[in-house]
Amino acid sequence: MGLLSKKDAKLITDPLADNNPITIQVLGICSALAITAELKASLVMAIAVLFVMGVGNVVISLIRNIIPSKIRIIVQLVVVASLVIIVDQVLKAYQYELSKTLSVFIGLIITNCIIMGRFEAFALGNGPWRAFLDGIGNALGYGVILIIVGFFRELLGSGTLFGIPVLGDAIDKTGVYSIGYENNGFMLMPPMALIIVGLLIWVQRSRNKDLIED
Amino acid sequence: MIEHIELFFKAIFIDNMVFAVFLGMCSYLAVSKKVTTAVGLGAAVIFVLAVTVPLNWLLDQYLLQPGALKWLGAEYADYDLGFLSFIMFIATIATMVQLVEIVVEKFSPSLYNSLGIFLPLIAVNCAILGGSLFMQSKEIETLGLALNYGISSGIGWFLAILAIAAIREKIRYSNVPPPLRGLGITFIITGLMGIGFLSFGGMLTGGDEETPAKEKTVEIQQTTEENKKVANNTKIIE
Repeated sequence: MGLLSKKDAKLITDPLADNNPITIQVLGICSALAITAELKASLVMAIAVLFVMGVGNVVISLIRNIIPSKIRIIVQLVVVASLVIIVDQVLKAYQYELSKTLSVFIGLIITNCIIMGRFEAFALGNGPWRAFLDGIGNALGYGVILIIVGFFRELLGSGTLFGIPVLGDAIDKTGVYSIGYENNGFMLMPPMALIIVGLLIWVQRSRNKDLIED
Repeated sequence: MIEHIELFFKAIFIDNMVFAVFLGMCSYLAVSKKVTTAVGLGAAVIFVLAVTVPLNWLLDQYLLQPGALKWLGAEYADYDLGFLSFIMFIATIATMVQLVEIVVEKFSPSLYNSLGIFLPLIAVNCAILGGSLFMQSKEIETLGLALNYGISSGIGWFLAILAIAAIREKIRYSNVPPPLRGLGITFIITGLMGIGFLSFGGMLTGGDEETPAKEKTVEIQQTTEENKKVANNTKIIE
């Protein structure tokens, strides 16, 4: 039978495609766009959100029966804020350069709508194991979009992936640059992230007709 | 005075909350279907930012910055409570939004009804927390500048959501391909608007220091061949 029942496995696979938090549920857009100029930053952000959502969902699910309804938003905010502080301190300690690039966007994970949205929609009404899977699934769905956008932006914008030149050397004119290819510096500007996500939505909805609006 | 004006224009056009740093996108996308609701939300965001950014500045100045606690006593001078910033900022924001809601409900029930669900929703809008966090990372110097920054960031966000709502109302009668309708085309249009706003990037970089240098290079270019080498050297040094 495997580790996960069919229903549980769906909790992870759904957000990866048909119920993707960014392109379908329209949550978590802010941080998804701003830091994706480098693939490394996208990956680290995805891992940070994975941690916060996984642990956060479990914690909220465990205390869901003792939170009074009136203050539940505040409790959720405190849980998320504490987890984000941990992430921020760890990042500052082990990857200082990256924490400077990501600057305020680590803090903005607190207001990342995916996290609060999943707390309200799922963790408050389900057991810890399923809440954990749901959190992981949504964080993976978010991470996939981040990595795709980061991949294209870094590849087309600076010809590198994770800082390693893959298309040849721009200055020595080796590889693809020898036939006159130039890096598209525009890709590193913020608006291109929006356009790439728009194109991703186009591709996704063309393949799955049910998701089309109107 | 000049730094107030500079900060004002910088926050609205160059560091625009939506086009440069993508804050508040979720409510931006969700609420921009009609211009009237967009205006309501935009106004609410300006108000909340104007209230929370100065308040968080005070917190940052007297509690959270490294060395901020020296007003308590000399032995506290090297405490650095910066890691508590996130929790303190979000706590003030949530409290202020709740207070604002109560005050608005008491003093202007019509405004409260027209804002509806948006007011409580603003507490988790990344634009609000983002405003405070950017205020902290830019190390804004005075309370007046912090208030200025809050208001102008809000105005920038307001401009953005107003523009996209107006455009979305118009394109409802256009021939958008079905998979792009709604969310997809909004993303692409916002991207194009962002590209447009990039043009403001040169706005505050001019000024008196640059013009004499430009004139100098033009003059030098007009000299004869023998001076060309000297001219080239001077241009490089400029």
